Amino acid sequence: MAETAYWEAIRRAHDEEMANDPMVIAMGEDIGVAGGTYKATLGLYDKYGPERVIDTPISENSYTGIGIGASMVGMRPIIEIMSINFALLALDTLINAAAKIRYMSGGRVQCPIVMRTPGGTAHQLAAQHSARLARMFMSTSGLRVVTPRGPLDAYGMLKSAVRCNDPVIVIEHEQMYNLKEDIPEEEFFRPLEGAEVVREGTDITLIGYNYSVHLCLEAARRLEADGISAEVIDLRALKPLDRETIRKSVEKTHRVLVAEEDEAPVGVGSEIIATVNEECFYALDAQPVRIHAADVPVPYNARLEKAAIPSADDVYEGALKVMGKI
Amino acid sequence: MNDADKKRLLREMIFFRRFEDRTFEAYMERKIGGFLHLYSGQEAVATGVLEKARTGHGTDNDYVITGYRDHIHAIKTGAPAREVMAELYGKETGSSRGRGGSMHIFDPTVNFMGGYALVGQPFPLAAGLAMGCKHKGTDQIAICFLGDGANNQGTFHETMNMAKVWNLPVLFVCENNQYAIGTRIERTTAVVDQYKRVCAYDMEASQHDGMDIDIVMEAAEKAIDFVRSGKGPYFIEFMTYRFRGHSMSDSKGYRTKEEEAEWEKRDPIKIYSQRLIEQGIITPEDIKAMEREIDDEIENDIVKFAEESPEPRVEDLDKYVLDDNPDPRWIGPLQK
Repeated sequence: MAETAYWEAIRRAHDEEMANDPMVIAMGEDIGVAGGTYKATLGLYDKYGPERVIDTPISENSYTGIGIGASMVGMRPIIEIMSINFALLALDTLINAAAKIRYMSGGRVQCPIVMRTPGGTAHQLAAQHSARLARMFMSTSGLRVVTPRGPLDAYGMLKSAVRCNDPVIVIEHEQMYNLKEDIPEEEFFRPLEGAEVVREGTDITLIGYNYSVHLCLEAARRLEADGISAEVIDLRALKPLDRETIRKSVEKTHRVLVAEEDEAPVGVGSEIIATVNEECFYALDAQPVRIHAADVPVPYNARLEKAAIPSADDVYEGALKVMGKI
Repeated sequence: MNDADKKRLLREMIFFRRFEDRTFEAYMERKIGGFLHLYSGQEAVATGVLEKARTGHGTDNDYVITGYRDHIHAIKTGAPAREVMAELYGKETGSSRGRGGSMHIFDPTVNFMGGYALVGQPFPLAAGLAMGCKHKGTDQIAICFLGDGANNQGTFHETMNMAKVWNLPVLFVCENNQYAIGTRIERTTAVVDQYKRVCAYDMEASQHDGMDIDIVMEAAEKAIDFVRSGKGPYFIEFMTYRFRGHSMSDSKGYRTKEEEAEWEKRDPIKIYSQRLIEQGIITPEDIKAMEREIDDEIENDIVKFAEESPEPRVEDLDKYVLDDNPDPRWIGPLQK
């Protein structure tokens, strides 16, 4: 085992997959000579050269499209989008092309691209650098969407994403790049499907994904001090969604809370609560609760930013509400 | 090019016109749904350019990609006409198994990489196909056919820039029919000569008559040689005209009868027929016989195949969304 930061885990996955398969390339703004905004490709330009670690111009839609075109003839591009807000520029090639080409060609052409991008709010970056958008990708047929919560999944899921034959969106988080975890030194893969019970409990199920898993874990520790046993589920993959793990947990705890960093309307939480209703409505002993961002563009001012984004306190209080304690 | 090849080319262009005419009839009979964009009038461009490209070698072909007016590009690249017609009929035997329709013909067995409905979207996809060729070290090139209207998308500028910076083996073929759906080019476009626009990216470019297949072939051959030799991308513009509306719902009210009549005098099939007759290669009677043979083939082979083919099964609705046979090592499920 080796203590590894989230960014180092991503870098290691790139390195190993590029060494394994000459068809794997990396593309993005500042990822080559500059080593990447998040150091995810640090040193790889020197190792693999400018043809495989490609510094792109600031043309998100078309360099994503170029990656998609290359993937249609057997390449395996890992495309970095510097902030998920900028992914909005690439939605035409991503959603109108990559997500639909397999289907509209009757299964004859595939687009095995990986798009990595950080979502989330951090360091007062204000409205145009703080989007989450997981819900938008989650609602698009033809994509896989994964949300690694730590270095283990950041490494293992990226490696799987490169080898998978579908377009995969990997949503990272500005706040997690320096998060450290011990991960095995030998090569391993983590699957692109399946939620994970990251903490077992019996009284309430707290469901998160990406950064919000950490809020759920912090809340669970505090709930334990209050004598409440919380189970925490990391969804890991938003698409396809693992409904079974949600159902099993809620049938055990009979209470559920969903924590998301995105705004609530038509969000991930809406989908999870709909899933609970469809899978195990009669197992519920209390009304489910969503913890989510305020429905505002993310403000610059630190105090306002903090108020706009859910915290571990919010999850803790939400859980007490589900438990009927407040 | 020998006389037999010239006769074959004429036959191909007549076939393409008749094929599109027949799809028009099937559309009126409601056997074809959705949108239908016909290529009539522009035949010399796809026929001439692709005559000079590498086709007939299956997956060693050059890669071809285009917009939604794609039936003829697909067939000339090598997609079976029966399968293209069956696709228009929405049948399981269609090029895209009935999932794509008129605007989304695909045939990767001949490297026809699709028709796309988002105007300008094929620019970057084509550059990506070319990047793949370059990366693998083959001498294949990518050929992207789009109309003049597509050049006002951001993808045009973004892709021309990257294709040049990365010296990609891609030929951009601009079929300038002067109308973006129903809006004439001067009304929306500051620089009307499209080939001039890529000088901003220091890209090789030229403009030619797109109604005369001999001119198209000569220009295309030079451009393809340029791209294949590793000198980088090339933008070639052909002046052409579509004889039908943008799609079936188009009344053509934005063009004058006089303008249409002028362009119809330059019908690429008429020009080439007359030339071959004058050269003594073919007679008007031969052409009549050729037309009868083509109509017979379209009716009794191609349309018959489409009509008699099965529709996709409703049980297969969710096939092809994601890889239907994924490797569990990458996909899971997660071991608990």
